[in-house]
Amino acid sequence: MIRYSDQTLFLEVDLLKENIPGLILELEKFAASTINSVDLQQVSNIDSAGVVFLDEIFLNFNQPELINASEKILNAISKFSSLNLPLQKRSPQENIFIQVGDFFVEWKKSFIWGLYLTADILYWSVVGFFKPRGMKKEAVITQSLLIGVDAVGIIGLLSLILGLIIALQSAAQLRQFGANIYIADLIAISMVREMGPMMTAIIVAGRSGSSIASEIATMKVTEELDALRMMALDPIRYIVVPKFHAITLCMPLLVMLSIFVGIGGGLIIALTYLDLSAISYINQVFSILTFKDIFIGLMKSVVFAWVIVIISSYYGFRVKGGAEGVGKVTTLSVVASIFWVIVLDAINSILFYF
Amino acid sequence: MKDPIIQIRDLTAKYEEKTVLSEISADIPANEITVIIGSSGCGKTTLIKNIFRLYQPYSGSVKIFGQEITTMDEPEYEAILKRTGMLFQNGALLNSVDIFTNIAIPLEQHTKLPAQLIEKLIKVKLNLVNLAEAIYLSPAELSGGMRKRAALARAIALDPEILICDEPSAGLDPLTSNSLDELIMNLKNILDMSIIIVTHELASIHRVADNVIFLDDGKLLFSGTLEQAVRSNIPELKIFFSAGKF
Ligand SMILES: Nc1ncnc2c1ncn2[C@@H]1O[C@H](COP(=O)(O)OP(=O)(O)OP(=O)(O)O)[C@@H](O)[C@H]1O
Ligand SMILES: [Mg+2]
Repeated sequence: MIRYSDQTLFLEVDLLKENIPGLILELEKFAASTINSVDLQQVSNIDSAGVVFLDEIFLNFNQPELINASEKILNAISKFSSLNLPLQKRSPQENIFIQVGDFFVEWKKSFIWGLYLTADILYWSVVGFFKPRGMKKEAVITQSLLIGVDAVGIIGLLSLILGLIIALQSAAQLRQFGANIYIADLIAISMVREMGPMMTAIIVAGRSGSSIASEIATMKVTEELDALRMMALDPIRYIVVPKFHAITLCMPLLVMLSIFVGIGGGLIIALTYLDLSAISYINQVFSILTFKDIFIGLMKSVVFAWVIVIISSYYGFRVKGGAEGVGKVTTLSVVASIFWVIVLDAINSILFYF
Repeated sequence: MKDPIIQIRDLTAKYEEKTVLSEISADIPANEITVIIGSSGCGKTTLIKNIFRLYQPYSGSVKIFGQEITTMDEPEYEAILKRTGMLFQNGALLNSVDIFTNIAIPLEQHTKLPAQLIEKLIKVKLNLVNLAEAIYLSPAELSGGMRKRAALARAIALDPEILICDEPSAGLDPLTSNSLDELIMNLKNILDMSIIIVTHELASIHRVADNVIFLDDGKLLFSGTLEQAVRSNIPELKIFFSAGKF
């Protein structure tokens, strides 16, 4: 495809995308030769890749002259040549100290912004409770259906399985000591204090936290939030507050469901494996549970709910970029919600039960 | 001259570190049509978003209806927004609800009109933009041009005193674009609106503009009446106005 004589390179094939890789390979043979001109007599077709290939030859071989090129080829070269393009530098990588500094400045900004957002959401949620102007009509009901009712199935099922597992794992040990009846204590306390609130929070974070984050993020990248603002509606009041109310309402109910079903799971094991009667199991459950346990379990679930809404909207509002950004913040919001739910749960345990 | 409805002074706008507008000063006269022109990426959308504080301006002052908007508190700001309608460059309809609800939102939130009146109003506005048949469709089911028109119907839902249109006729066929121009002129006369239009279409500028603001790479090169603009000696402006004359 390439012939070389007399310090002239004869290109004898059309300079099209599909031919260029072969040409580059062949050209390597002449890497050491002097090339003063490139003959294009045999080239009848050229595309943009062909032109930048010629540019490469021009730069690598001491700027040879192009000869015998047809009008059409010259025209293409003048259109596509990369030689006279202005240099656009990528912004240079800054040194490590500046990067670390920027990181902290950025972190501080995000943190302060997060505090403002939290304050805003809490404020408008309280105000909005009494004065629902500027909120989506009936949004609390729709949101309660989405966040609460739709989650009943999955939370019920998983709690039942959880109750079964915990009961089964401990039943064997308890039976060895003839302490069968204490299965009720074990299930009741673990479901009320820990498993119920925590598992419900994790499921709600995965189901509703992610949908809050992605809904807000999508609205931001499609300018829907700006459009709401121009309609004199505040996105926090219009979008976040109804979700805040709905989740505050639904979370304790879901937790109660989870506790109830979990204890029911224990009952199944108690009946089938430990030969207890339903009456004695239930009596034992009621005798061991204190008001404090139930109260703390439900309060904690409300706090978890708020954490999920605030973190999800935080990430939603902070989205950058297009569709890709939406996916990113959705993932981040679920991870962060679950993380903080577990951390807060640990703090709560230390405060109340240590 | 009458008091301007919007007064911009030394407005500088940045996206993070990048300065996009530097020290823009201009007046937008009341009850007239002002077009903002300039090449793609020069900052037209950024300018209108900063005027209405969708982005907080980096520095400078913007007075709307004689009130400083950059520092005013939330209730005052919302009061101004209620008197303003904006058609976004890509429509920005709420995708989760249908066209009817999109237009109903401002009416339901900011008026106490009964439902059947709101419904009639929505039909009237949609009819104005020639989109009566799309009332119960969702935005995803509309073409780009239809979305623009639906968004315009939403922007005029509350009969605003100021209407901002970011490239209303981009992506529309000449006939529809023509009738949109006529609609905007009509609305202006009926409702005494002050209108800001971002546009590239020379024909449309000649048809509707009273005033011209010309931006180039984030700087204000010209602000004045259409006649002054056409006769101006500023090279960039000359090129712009001769571009359509072949
Ligand atoms: N969200 C953003 N973040 C960072 N830079 C942005 C953002 N939006 C716009 N820009 C930059 O600001 C500049 C002005 O953009 P703007 O959207 O205002 O242009 P425009 O005049 O409306 O252009 P067009 O006619 O194409 O709509 C562009 O250089 C763009 O790169
Ligand atoms: Mg724009």
